[in-house]
Amino acid sequence: MSMAAKDTRADGEVVLAARNIAKSYGSVHALKGVNFEVHRGQVTTLFGENGAGKSTLMKILSGVVQPTSGEIILDGQPVSFASSTDARNRGISIIHQELSLAPNMNVRDNIFMGREIMTSAGVDFAEEERQTRALMEELEENIDPLTLVEDLRLGQQQIVEIARALSINSRILIMDEPTSALSATEVEVLFKVIRDLKAKGVSIVYISHHLEEALQITNHAVVLRDGNMTAFAERKDIDLEWIVRNMVGENFDLGAPPTGYAFGDVALSVENLCVPAAGGAGYNVVDNMSLTVRAGEVVCIYGLMGAGRTEMLETIAGRLSASSGRILFKGRDVSRLSIADRINQGLVLVPEDRQRDGLVQTMTVGRNLSLASIGAFVKGFFTSKKAEQAIIDQSIRKVHIKTDGGGAPIGSLSGGNQQKVVIGKMLATEPDVILLDEPSRGIDIGAKSEVFKLLAERARTGLAVVYSTSEVGECLSIAHRIIVMRRGKISAEFTSDTTKEKIMAASGESVVAH
Amino acid sequence: MSVTNTTEKTTSPGSAKRKFDLVNLILEGRAFFALIVIIAVFSFLSPHYFTLANFLIMASHVAIYGLLAIGMLLVILNGGIDLSVGSTLGLCGVVAGYFMKGATLNYFGVILYPPVWAVVVITLTLGAFIGAVNGVLIAYLKVPAFVATLGVLYCARGFALLMTNGLTFNNLSGDPALGNTGFDWLGFNRLFNVPIGVLVLATLAILCGIMLSKSAFGRWLYASGGNERAADLSGVPVKRVKITVYVLSGICAAIAGLVLSSQLTSAGPTAGTTYELTAIAAVVIGGAALTGGRGTIGGTMLGAFVIGFLSDGLVIIGVSSYWQTVFTGAVIVLAVLLNSIQYGSRGAKKS
Repeated sequence: MSMAAKDTRADGEVVLAARNIAKSYGSVHALKGVNFEVHRGQVTTLFGENGAGKSTLMKILSGVVQPTSGEIILDGQPVSFASSTDARNRGISIIHQELSLAPNMNVRDNIFMGREIMTSAGVDFAEEERQTRALMEELEENIDPLTLVEDLRLGQQQIVEIARALSINSRILIMDEPTSALSATEVEVLFKVIRDLKAKGVSIVYISHHLEEALQITNHAVVLRDGNMTAFAERKDIDLEWIVRNMVGENFDLGAPPTGYAFGDVALSVENLCVPAAGGAGYNVVDNMSLTVRAGEVVCIYGLMGAGRTEMLETIAGRLSASSGRILFKGRDVSRLSIADRINQGLVLVPEDRQRDGLVQTMTVGRNLSLASIGAFVKGFFTSKKAEQAIIDQSIRKVHIKTDGGGAPIGSLSGGNQQKVVIGKMLATEPDVILLDEPSRGIDIGAKSEVFKLLAERARTGLAVVYSTSEVGECLSIAHRIIVMRRGKISAEFTSDTTKEKIMAASGESVVAH
Repeated sequence: MSVTNTTEKTTSPGSAKRKFDLVNLILEGRAFFALIVIIAVFSFLSPHYFTLANFLIMASHVAIYGLLAIGMLLVILNGGIDLSVGSTLGLCGVVAGYFMKGATLNYFGVILYPPVWAVVVITLTLGAFIGAVNGVLIAYLKVPAFVATLGVLYCARGFALLMTNGLTFNNLSGDPALGNTGFDWLGFNRLFNVPIGVLVLATLAILCGIMLSKSAFGRWLYASGGNERAADLSGVPVKRVKITVYVLSGICAAIAGLVLSSQLTSAGPTAGTTYELTAIAAVVIGGAALTGGRGTIGGTMLGAFVIGFLSDGLVIIGVSSYWQTVFTGAVIVLAVLLNSIQYGSRGAKKS
């Protein structure tokens, strides 16, 4: 592997380097010997799909977790960070994907949270306010230090996070998906801030799924795949296609669309669906969307974070309500039915976050599996143990869960098997349409291909499958049709003979002006 | 993304596991062991403790807390809390007393003396209604359970005081001439030498146990208490479940109110004050998690007996009632401490 030529200019000098960093969680290798460099006053972007190891690497560089092996070199000296506070004291700050501000407190108090300026008479609010004002001036943001954080727009909150990092004189700033929640104008502001920071000699590590956007701001690109660093190059030598090729890899077989049968009638038809954003933000997360799925068809919905995939699927399943539009299931309008009624009719959802929405952690594997089909084993007032066990055994067999009989606590299963439980639970209701929101999230490649194989088999028997993904490699697996969503709308539709590059181009954010 | 999820948990074989099982056994059965220790200690300290007659008397005291605790268990399994049960008990007792003493209908100029069964039905309906108010406030109007039931606690107590003007209805045994005798049967009488109140508790506990373990509703309750979002997406009618548990809790409180006023053959507006806390304590000592989803009727009954037998034991050996309060408090804290050790160690094992 060719490392980039060492830049010996003062601006571009390597300030932080990772050498052969490996991290294992039990038997899972999240990182397998990664080399990585951060250059002074420049932006280094980490590219990679979900689960490639980006976040783990960032957590190691910011001291949140310790590497299993390998070393971190800061200013030429090997260091080891005891904690994130330790890393922060040495000038490395991380801005997490989920903001870590207290919304009920004002900007000043957030910036000085945990390191208040004390005098003998208590906190020196005047001095804190003065420093906050100075920081905001530096960032050219007109934010009053006494504004409550919850009253700020998301983009401004991001600025406050950055100000907090700067206020402790961070030399190296790690930004994990900072633009995922920002509007185009806010992204512009952020990029301007990043350029200013660069000019001041601050080094930036940037992570983003918005490839085009990241290409505008970065000086170096590093690509991770399955815990390995697959490529490393300077901005001037690369383009979008290079990143995608290195991110996704070539030989990545997740199966092919099932063939050899004709699709049935239209099973699900969504007409002009609009879903307003949560909290009265005033725009639609799903914007006038229409979609038709036939029995036996597999449809993939691709889109970036915030494209509206989850909201659309949850609306179809009945968790969210639409502001307008119709949802027809086998020709009948189900928009007014409850979730339970939709499940009974044969329309089910496998939610995105299995811990939060999929599993009941206090119950066993078996009881989780039978939860959605309780009606099938209730005789009169009582549940029938035998009928229930039959459903559980059948589910375990059909979705290949590695467990014995279903009596084990759900937490004892691996992520992949937990996901199969959530899918098995909904398949046990004998649905006609199954919606899966990111069914491959946080599960390994083996489990992933098993899940897809399973869905393809079911599609052959007439099940209509709709799954969403943010990994482009998964679009070109079992789906007959790929729909790309962007800002709540369908931006493109492809058949299974398309290319990854085309799909990614259709999903990307509009190019932000410099 | 969490990489830890993909780690297969390995069960540690051999002696380490056996040792852990022993610790677990003591933790799981702690209410049971505590009860045995309490009985043993007090039997040693007082010759009057370990007698059938005393156990039956103590059990009839436990019956009141136990009835409240059954309803409380359902609510806590759902991840909620019902602070209103003590007041509901008081109000239901007062309403029962009011009807036993004759309901004056000014408009018709008559005094109604409903038969006892009708009084029971009216009282239970009132309990169910109060529970329904709690349930609707919590499930549909999204008032936090703690606040909603706290408000209802005050309202119910206030109505009880208003109805009686702060006084107590005495001598509720009824009049043969009016055909409304038999009210004292519930609390005062015995069947096969066992106080009726204890039998009522046993019957309800068994019914509730069957409901929890065998019925679809029981499964819905455990699921929605363990993870309401997941239960909702699996088609569990979570709102209906929520309202139902508060209604059942209200009915349990009404039954407790009937049993108590029957035991005393009087109904005071301040009856049952702070009983909700005792009921919560019984449920917690019984191993239920306040976060919902974990708990059993058996554990709750043991919890109720631990509290009842402990406080009666302290009375019998002549410890001041002020010390009883201290002891009860210590037992509750100890129980919650063990809870967090039990569920905490499970969490640690997972990661």
